[in-house]
Amino acid sequence: MSARNVLGVVALWCIAATACHRKSDLPGGGLGPQHASVPGAAPAVHLVSEVSTGDWSMPAGDYGNLRYSTLDTIKTTNVMNLHVVTTFSTGVPHGHEGQPLVFGNTMYVVTPFPNNLIAVDLTKPGGAVKWIYEPHPDSRAVGIACCDVVNRGASFGDGKIVYSLLDATVVAVDTETGKEAWRTRVGDINKGETFTGAPIVVKDRVLVGNSGAELGVRGYVAALDLKTGRELWRAFNTGPDTDVKIGAGFHAFYAKDQGKDLGVTSWPSEQWKLGGSTVWGWISYDPETNLFFYGTANPGVWNPDLRPGDNKWSSTIFARDAETGDARWAYQVTAHDSWDYDEIMENILVDMDYGGRPRKLIVHPGRTGFVYILDRETGELLSAETYEPTNWASGYDLKTGKALEDPARQTHFGTVTQGICPSSTGAKDVIPSAFSPRTGLLYIPAHNTCMDYEGIEANYIAGTPYLGADVKMYPGPGGYQGELVAWDVAHNRKAWGAKEDKFPVYSGVLATGGDVVFYGTMDGWFKAVDARTGTELWKFHVASGIVANPITYLGPDGKQYVAVYSGIGGWMGAVAFPEISADDPYAALGVVGAMKDIKKYTAAGSTVYVFGL
Amino acid sequence: MCSVYRSVGTLLTIWVALAAGPIAQSPLRVCGDPNNMPFSNERGDGFENRIAKLVARDLHRRLEYFWLPQRRGFIRNSLNARRCDVVMGIPAQYGLLQPTKSYYRSAYVFVSRRDRHLDIDSFDAPALARLTVGIQMSGDDYNNPPAAQELASRHLVQNARGFTIYGDYSRPDPQREIVDAVADGRVDLAVVWGPLAGYYAQHVSEPLVVRPVAAVASSSSSRFTFDIAMGVRRDDTALKAALDDVITRRGDVIRHILRAYGVPLR
Repeated sequence: MSARNVLGVVALWCIAATACHRKSDLPGGGLGPQHASVPGAAPAVHLVSEVSTGDWSMPAGDYGNLRYSTLDTIKTTNVMNLHVVTTFSTGVPHGHEGQPLVFGNTMYVVTPFPNNLIAVDLTKPGGAVKWIYEPHPDSRAVGIACCDVVNRGASFGDGKIVYSLLDATVVAVDTETGKEAWRTRVGDINKGETFTGAPIVVKDRVLVGNSGAELGVRGYVAALDLKTGRELWRAFNTGPDTDVKIGAGFHAFYAKDQGKDLGVTSWPSEQWKLGGSTVWGWISYDPETNLFFYGTANPGVWNPDLRPGDNKWSSTIFARDAETGDARWAYQVTAHDSWDYDEIMENILVDMDYGGRPRKLIVHPGRTGFVYILDRETGELLSAETYEPTNWASGYDLKTGKALEDPARQTHFGTVTQGICPSSTGAKDVIPSAFSPRTGLLYIPAHNTCMDYEGIEANYIAGTPYLGADVKMYPGPGGYQGELVAWDVAHNRKAWGAKEDKFPVYSGVLATGGDVVFYGTMDGWFKAVDARTGTELWKFHVASGIVANPITYLGPDGKQYVAVYSGIGGWMGAVAFPEISADDPYAALGVVGAMKDIKKYTAAGSTVYVFGL
Repeated sequence: MCSVYRSVGTLLTIWVALAAGPIAQSPLRVCGDPNNMPFSNERGDGFENRIAKLVARDLHRRLEYFWLPQRRGFIRNSLNARRCDVVMGIPAQYGLLQPTKSYYRSAYVFVSRRDRHLDIDSFDAPALARLTVGIQMSGDDYNNPPAAQELASRHLVQNARGFTIYGDYSRPDPQREIVDAVADGRVDLAVVWGPLAGYYAQHVSEPLVVRPVAAVASSSSSRFTFDIAMGVRRDDTALKAALDDVITRRGDVIRHILRAYGVPLR
């Protein structure tokens, strides 16, 4: 961390007027002060941890997953002068989800499989490479990963860059030398596990989850020792309470989530062993309570007829103790999922006035089409309102915490069910939102896609004939497929929406102290809009569609820069690849119906773009 | 000068092809899973390996393999990426590629221990409600083994024990566990694709009974009997014709190989 950035952090702490005497060893180190605030924050909006002020050292930029930076040199009045400062290629033309890290005058980029780590010296022009670490993960992981060979980024701590490899391994690499510090095989690709999510570093440990729910693996989150990589504990999301780390300290708010061994009893016989519920999205952390929060994936197996019951703890938001992994509370967002609505979305942590009093909130924009607002201390659902066309449920009963589902929109194998909104890809996918403390708005990269669940097709798997459902996805009502939705958290309503007609918005969002919001489109436009109105202020066409998350940082020259990957791919974006036929209704899990035009607008890419004034 | 060399090269190629006769033909390139017994493995132990050898010999073509685990994207990354030209076993109705003539027809079977005398061949057998039934599940996309759906529609899912179709790929027989579970009593019976069940039933010490699943009511969406063909690219009519011809002429030998591996033929 440069001296300037240490000063920035200290200055921010002093704004909160607490803990100025404490030594900064962020990130991955000590706790921040409680209730930090930022300049110009909306009334009574407080942060649970420091947001980015110059560096970007963890996936979301901060533990609260705000994806907000206080940097304000680039603002609404000058963003139209933004231009390309440098570009460089990562050399891997696959889906570039995730985001780079920047600190110590260095940018660190994790590529899609083979998951190389590239360190770029920002003091030199032209993307000068300091070193490249090549981990050579097991190539068999490529055929197992469901939805392109993406990686969602790295974290920094203890002089190391820590990230996941597709073959279910976690590595730590020395930031200066690029040498591997440790390498831990956490999951097993032979059983269908892959790792695509971004780990986070909390104090002296690394928190990481697995992927592969569609292959019937069993989801978990694990803690590794930051020094050695040794696994400290593992908390499963299905199975008996001992495996799930549910004990005396667990208090679910709703009766539906209370009871002994629900991770076993809410499944037929022993199906929790194949129960999915993986953790391939984002993990957020509250230093004040030392709790971390994450959502779990869809239940396995996919066919809901085969798993009568609530199927806990699939599609659930968990609060766990970062030290022990013990569950504090859980809220199952959808019981017995029949649409593939993973709830691995980001959980944004913010303290603010809500419903007339100060509350500690989780804001969770769901794949289901609802924005969920929960009390972070108890797991109580405070609000669930839709942000895109949604018809699988008409709303939520806040007294029971249950969705008011439409039985006609549930899927059953061999039964035709038409017009389910949103489709399995959700009203948003794993691609993360941003929250600005200045506007009180959540900026959601949204989709408007519906689906028909049709007849039965013969398929074959590993030599064995199977029967598969024929799922077709297509644009939802309203003549648009994507939208950047600005959601007024305090008032549970949409403030504005910037529609994208052609494709879903499948890039992450960045909000800044200059009241500029950045996001990208699948057809390759990188855009800046006014954080308060959604008015488009600037756009630039990059080489390949954007499915990554923009970041901002202070360069060695003290100027503000904005960086983003350009490389179409991921579940929906993979349809852009030449080897995926747009005529093949089975490719990419039925999304071609919604994405069939993408080849006309973009092609695979692998470029890092840096913009400045 | 370059063009002269190129012409000479072309002539040489043609000349070699004519002179050497059939042996110089391009190799028969098979897309295969290196660890998927009893179908195929890298050592050539599977019945698809044996049939591929027979076909290559019959066509006077050298046999080559492109090995890739049969996972998502298998067809895309092997056959359709032109790294190989034929997949040895696919359901004839599989829409992704062009099937040859079907060369065998098999069915899902009930597997149980002989000493249990279960004698079950239908999902409507009353005894089924009291038994634990092993089935393979993938979790993949929206796919299901047909048995899973029959159990679900009869509210018998509580009796089901799931085994992953992919198994533990670090072991030499990833799909074997479900048959072992019948033999060692972990499940009372299992519903397994015939070629798998027939082969592994030969390889456990406990005597097992393998009975094809009886046809289910026509209203059911499930089917248990499948025609299996080889698959080629949609535009590869020449190879399809050649393979159809071999299947017609050498059908007896192919069936002999299948029977040797215990494949129940319908």
